[in-house]
Amino acid sequence: MFKAMRASDLLKPRPEGLYCPPGDFFIDPVRPVGRALITHGHSDHARSGHGSVLATQQTLDIMGLRYGEDFAETTQAAVIGETIDINGVSVTFHPAGHVLGSAQIVVEHQGLRIVASGDYKRQKDATCLPFEPVPCDVFITEATFGLPVFRHPPDHEEIARLLKSATQFPERSHLIGAYALGKAQRVMRLLREAGYDRPIYIHGALAKLSEYYQRQGIDLGQLEPATVESGGKADFEGAIVVGPPAAFADRWARRFPDPIACFASGWMRIRQRAKQGGVELPLIISDHADWDELIATIKETGAEEVWVTHGREEALVRWCELEGIAARPLHLVGYEDEGD
Amino acid sequence: MNRFAELLDRLVLTPSRNGKLTLLTDYFRSVEDPDRGLALAAITGDLSIAAVKPAMLRALVVERMDPVLFGYSYDYVGDLAETVSLVWPQPAGHIPNHAPTLAEVVGKLQAASRSDGPQVLARLLDSASISARFAIIKLVTGGLRIGVSARLAKQALADLGQVDVVEIEELWHGLTPPYTALFAWLEGRAEKPRSAALALFRPVMLSNAVDDGDLEKLEPADYAAEWKWDGIRVQAVCEGGIRRLYSRTGDDVSGAFPDLAATMDFEAALDGELLVGDPREATGTFSDLQQRLNRKSVSPKIQQQYPAFMRCYDALQINGEDLRSLPFAERRTRLGAFVQTLDPSRFDLSPLVEFSDWETLERLRQAPPHPIIEGVMLKRWDSPYLAGRPKGPWFKWKRDPHTIDAVLMYAQRGHGKRSSFYSDYTFGVWSGPEGSEELVPVGKAYFGFTDEELRQIDKYVRDHTIERFGPVRSVRADRKNGLVLEVAFEGLNRSTRHKSGVAMRFPRISRLRWDKPAAEADRIETLQALLDS
Repeated sequence: MFKAMRASDLLKPRPEGLYCPPGDFFIDPVRPVGRALITHGHSDHARSGHGSVLATQQTLDIMGLRYGEDFAETTQAAVIGETIDINGVSVTFHPAGHVLGSAQIVVEHQGLRIVASGDYKRQKDATCLPFEPVPCDVFITEATFGLPVFRHPPDHEEIARLLKSATQFPERSHLIGAYALGKAQRVMRLLREAGYDRPIYIHGALAKLSEYYQRQGIDLGQLEPATVESGGKADFEGAIVVGPPAAFADRWARRFPDPIACFASGWMRIRQRAKQGGVELPLIISDHADWDELIATIKETGAEEVWVTHGREEALVRWCELEGIAARPLHLVGYEDEGD
Repeated sequence: MNRFAELLDRLVLTPSRNGKLTLLTDYFRSVEDPDRGLALAAITGDLSIAAVKPAMLRALVVERMDPVLFGYSYDYVGDLAETVSLVWPQPAGHIPNHAPTLAEVVGKLQAASRSDGPQVLARLLDSASISARFAIIKLVTGGLRIGVSARLAKQALADLGQVDVVEIEELWHGLTPPYTALFAWLEGRAEKPRSAALALFRPVMLSNAVDDGDLEKLEPADYAAEWKWDGIRVQAVCEGGIRRLYSRTGDDVSGAFPDLAATMDFEAALDGELLVGDPREATGTFSDLQQRLNRKSVSPKIQQQYPAFMRCYDALQINGEDLRSLPFAERRTRLGAFVQTLDPSRFDLSPLVEFSDWETLERLRQAPPHPIIEGVMLKRWDSPYLAGRPKGPWFKWKRDPHTIDAVLMYAQRGHGKRSSFYSDYTFGVWSGPEGSEELVPVGKAYFGFTDEELRQIDKYVRDHTIERFGPVRSVRADRKNGLVLEVAFEGLNRSTRHKSGVAMRFPRISRLRWDKPAAEADRIETLQALLDS
């Protein structure tokens, strides 16, 4: 195929984020810009203060819940699979399987197609649409878990370990640290799928987003606020409580009887990380692709070139070299590992 | 294998003793023979498998993957066994029919010769899940390091069968993996196993601490007093040519003290304290004794420099006669005569302390004749030798602990009930010349305070944090700011591992000194003086 332009002229890293000169827009900018295309609602990708924002309706809703309705001057909802023209550049959103509303952004111009996948995973997740591989010339991938040591087990096995522990220690409460957007709701949904039908207690920081998920038709069952008003210590015996990870180090956690600290994250694959964080029951549940998913996805897209955004890029770049795929790190700054 | 792997994964991250016991008993209850017995042996260190060296493991893995990618992975994880378990590539098209059981894994490893060992290991890793691979590697590289002592495993067995742990300890050395007869008895399906083995461990008799008001109720004439030596309580048992030196929990420690074991050529079971030195001349200090502890092998030089000997307290059996039901006075007479027949450079009799009233004994207790004495023991003259810790016949009356005033430097979050509290405290004392003093950490303590005091310290830590590293907070501590803790401890050892050069034994917080300015806390010299005394 004839390509009139080089990939680096269509998308290039700038301090604000990935920039498209012909379309004059940024993808997931970390500073306020005129026009932003946003892959998903995690706060390091979706920031407030842009002139206009193009994202899926769910991502716009989530940004509204987190930042207030005036998070941008104008917003436009991108419909999955429908192509939009921005200054002559074609833009299409495809599901990324990361969290509710998450999308990959396909940018096409003069016969060249680049997929900015944002954050993604391939493991099945009932709380969002599954990742759809899109053939492309250049595939831009994250590498949060870009090392061969990261191999996420099936999520239902992790939930089974949690439920086993809950029967082994009926007098204690299980406190699950999970990020407020995506992970928390996925864990709750997995508990329901495993047949757990008691109320799940949640930290206040999860309330709005969890209600939103429920309104979107994702059944999380009965959720109760984990407040002192809702009960004394004895009432939380045997309870499963979900909250943001930071809350468990906090005084907030004192209301629970002899809690077992659990943390739902891909990082929990590494024992030392669990140990350092004082986690007693690590649950290896991740919203990011593990090593096997990363390399399988790169192969599926058929990309001749791979750009690695954030994470442990050197191992993934090395793997691409061994496979004969051109690869380079983009060294974008400002993306943390929120969401895992 | 997967259940064993899951057990290891849970144990290593479970800090509380009760939590570990629950996990262990649940495992023993739900897993069948012989897997559970082999797991038990692996935990107690009684499973023998030819070892695979770390270099071999590394060689196996880089045959199978890009060495650069392995290097990145190992750098990130930092633990070889864990890295290999994670990166080990599943062979193409290989779907194992079933996960191997622990018995299958152990069987294959035990049957492997030195030359085909690595290949046997590789095939096992091919067929196992990630967690199981980790467990297999831990088995072959030796040392599970999961924070479970043999003693705790035996307690879990006792919980499983609702029996006293003493019964398990008494049986233990006559049993071998996979302990099917033991489990059958614990589950009520068979009689208690009877062991024909010789030189078994006899559960030891322990004492209670003297509490306030206890002595007023006791008649001095009913009790013998002897020094409480701060060595290692041991039991020397020789029967029919078998010689064993046991710790007080029934672990066989003969291997660590070959010099003492070599002189055990008698027919008896003796209770006493292991110390170093020559009992005819001088008894070594605790620092000397340290030279003989926690060593894999003991060089002849160390054996010569720090010879081990046994100071005898009691006789449980002499020449085939069980003495345990006799009164202490009678056992003591027999023991005295018997010790006379033993090698005098390796065995002596623990001397009695003469006293007529508690005041006299109190004075003696406060000024013991040797630094390794940590108090006095009181034993009823008429007491039989009873397993466990019966209340009444034996008391320990310890010397008062040492205390220092130290400044809180770091605080770490606890676990379980304490997981939202900063409950583990590192404290330091002043060192350096006047005008440029700095704090040097001398120890760590996580108990001794009340729940209310814990809340107060936690608040103090949160309000005075200057830096955070993971679960640890660095607390403001300088000449003008800082929380002074009165720390009580049993003794001091020299330490090359700590910057301060000292390590405390059994430190705990005895008082919070909110009133005391940080600058008035103790100096390192105070501790050093204690070390030299």
